Amino acid sequence: MTTPLTSSDFQIAPQRRRREQLVHAAFLASAGLSIVISVAIVVALAGNAVSFLVNVDKSALFAGGWFPRRGLYDIPTIVAGTLVISVVAMLVATPLGLGAGIYLAEYASPRSRRILKPIVEILASIPSVVLGFFALTFISPRLIQPLTGAPLSNMASAGLAVGVLITPLVASVSEDAMHAVPGFLREAAYGLGARKRSTSLEIVFPAAISGIVAALLLAFSRAIGETMVVSIAAGGTGGSLFQLNPLEPGQTMTAAMTALAIGSDRVRGSALTFESLFFVGLLLFAATLILNVASEAFVRRVRSRY
Amino acid sequence: MAVGVQVLPTREAVEARLRSGRADRLGALIQGLLLAALLIALGVLLVLLADVASRALPVFGERSAEFLSAPLSARPARAGIVQGLIGSLALMVFVVVLSLPLGIGAAVYLEEYARDTRATRLIRTNIRNLAGVPAIVYGLLGLALFVTLLGMGRTLVAGGLTLAVLVLPIVVITTSEALRAVPGSIREAAFGVGATRWETIRGHVLPYAAPGILTGTILSLGRAFGETAPLVMVGAVVGTFNGVDLGAMMTGSYTSLPTIVYNWSREPQDAFRALTSATIVVLLLVILLVNATAIFLRNRYDRRW
Repeated sequence: MTTPLTSSDFQIAPQRRRREQLVHAAFLASAGLSIVISVAIVVALAGNAVSFLVNVDKSALFAGGWFPRRGLYDIPTIVAGTLVISVVAMLVATPLGLGAGIYLAEYASPRSRRILKPIVEILASIPSVVLGFFALTFISPRLIQPLTGAPLSNMASAGLAVGVLITPLVASVSEDAMHAVPGFLREAAYGLGARKRSTSLEIVFPAAISGIVAALLLAFSRAIGETMVVSIAAGGTGGSLFQLNPLEPGQTMTAAMTALAIGSDRVRGSALTFESLFFVGLLLFAATLILNVASEAFVRRVRSRY
Repeated sequence: MAVGVQVLPTREAVEARLRSGRADRLGALIQGLLLAALLIALGVLLVLLADVASRALPVFGERSAEFLSAPLSARPARAGIVQGLIGSLALMVFVVVLSLPLGIGAAVYLEEYARDTRATRLIRTNIRNLAGVPAIVYGLLGLALFVTLLGMGRTLVAGGLTLAVLVLPIVVITTSEALRAVPGSIREAAFGVGATRWETIRGHVLPYAAPGILTGTILSLGRAFGETAPLVMVGAVVGTFNGVDLGAMMTGSYTSLPTIVYNWSREPQDAFRALTSATIVVLLLVILLVNATAIFLRNRYDRRW
């Protein structure tokens, strides 16, 4: 006679249970680490930014130029520089990125897609410091200067290079959005006798518009936060006056930060340069966070629809 | 498309319309423009590679491997990138040792353990937002936390930790995607024969997700390898320094390949332009190799359930 099974036979051995709990705790801790990092970022930025705002001469925040050496921290100057370069970048990346995205999603045959997509990914993997060098040694002297006579360091060249940098991002996110549009919409359009171009531009593109807006917001956020291209090619080292003309040198939030960090803008007497770094960082963090959250909201709208 | 309502089209009219074979010129034009957008983007890549390679050729022609083993110098004829190579590799060790286990662990928790609670959703949203924070802001975090508060100073350890924090959210996101691609039936089969959750994950879920995890993490390593801004913030040396071996760089000044590119690109002399290009060639070769490995792995082990 066999003994009947009791509930204790199904109980897990204590040693096995302890291992389960240990592993569970370790995984939970690594997931929780992300919250710790976020809190650390906010605390680090806000703490020093507040002490900057308390100690800085308020009139120096709107002084017509960014010259930390002389204690002038004009916020409009670096915001204007950032916007000029980001707008130039978007003027490049929107047509190129969306065009490439639509072509890959709607026109390319599966075979050419398999070849073209990895090449776009390679373009996305080029480090920004390399594009900065390219802007300074090729885009500016061979493209911008012959056409306009601008100085070697100018915001237009930096903006073009940032545009090249974010084009693959626009292409891949917008392609994903159009790829997610269900096939029956296309089939219905063809069934009504619509042509390829009407189907892709008047059916698929509008259906994916949330994802496409998300791609552009994400790209804009990346352009604002882009650092190395601007530090190398926009010519803001050593300070800058308020400047909206893209053919002139200019200073962005990010380039102002590297200039402070490598010491070309460091002052001996005033300790505020260190704090100013974090104040600018906080502005940048807030701007990109708003754009990213908005982009995320658009992506969710695509997902919920299909 | 306006269809006449009053007049019913005759059979002949419809046939003629269908057989006319009028080419859709506008359609062809649009297709051409879209393709042109793609080709312009790829053309820029080609021009960039060709321009950098042609500037770098003289350096490799005259100095070949000596350029890779010489230390930094203010004299372009003698300057090399050995410190950048060592520094970049050491930084990658930090990323591999810290970001990969922690990132994969976090992803396993979120995909395999966590229920859909408010706290879990908060962590997920938080990680996605962290992935969108500009790299230079991570540099500020490193400057405030590792360099200043924890008193590490402007050392390689502080730089490595900063890069590890930067890469962590990317590893979590790519690993989550790979785990999500493993069908639930695999887990149910393991549970069905009495495996615990961890045994299921270790023996079944992770092995099936491994190629995807590997691809994602290799790509994030490539990203970290080319990252410059955060290192500049936490004190990778922009300039020359003594100390060529790893031991000296662990305690003293350090630099990385992209930091050298940044430094030299600010020098106006042509000799330094050539050196910068040569360094870029080395940097791009490493990154392309890393990405090619990832793409190869993805294509080789791509599995459709």
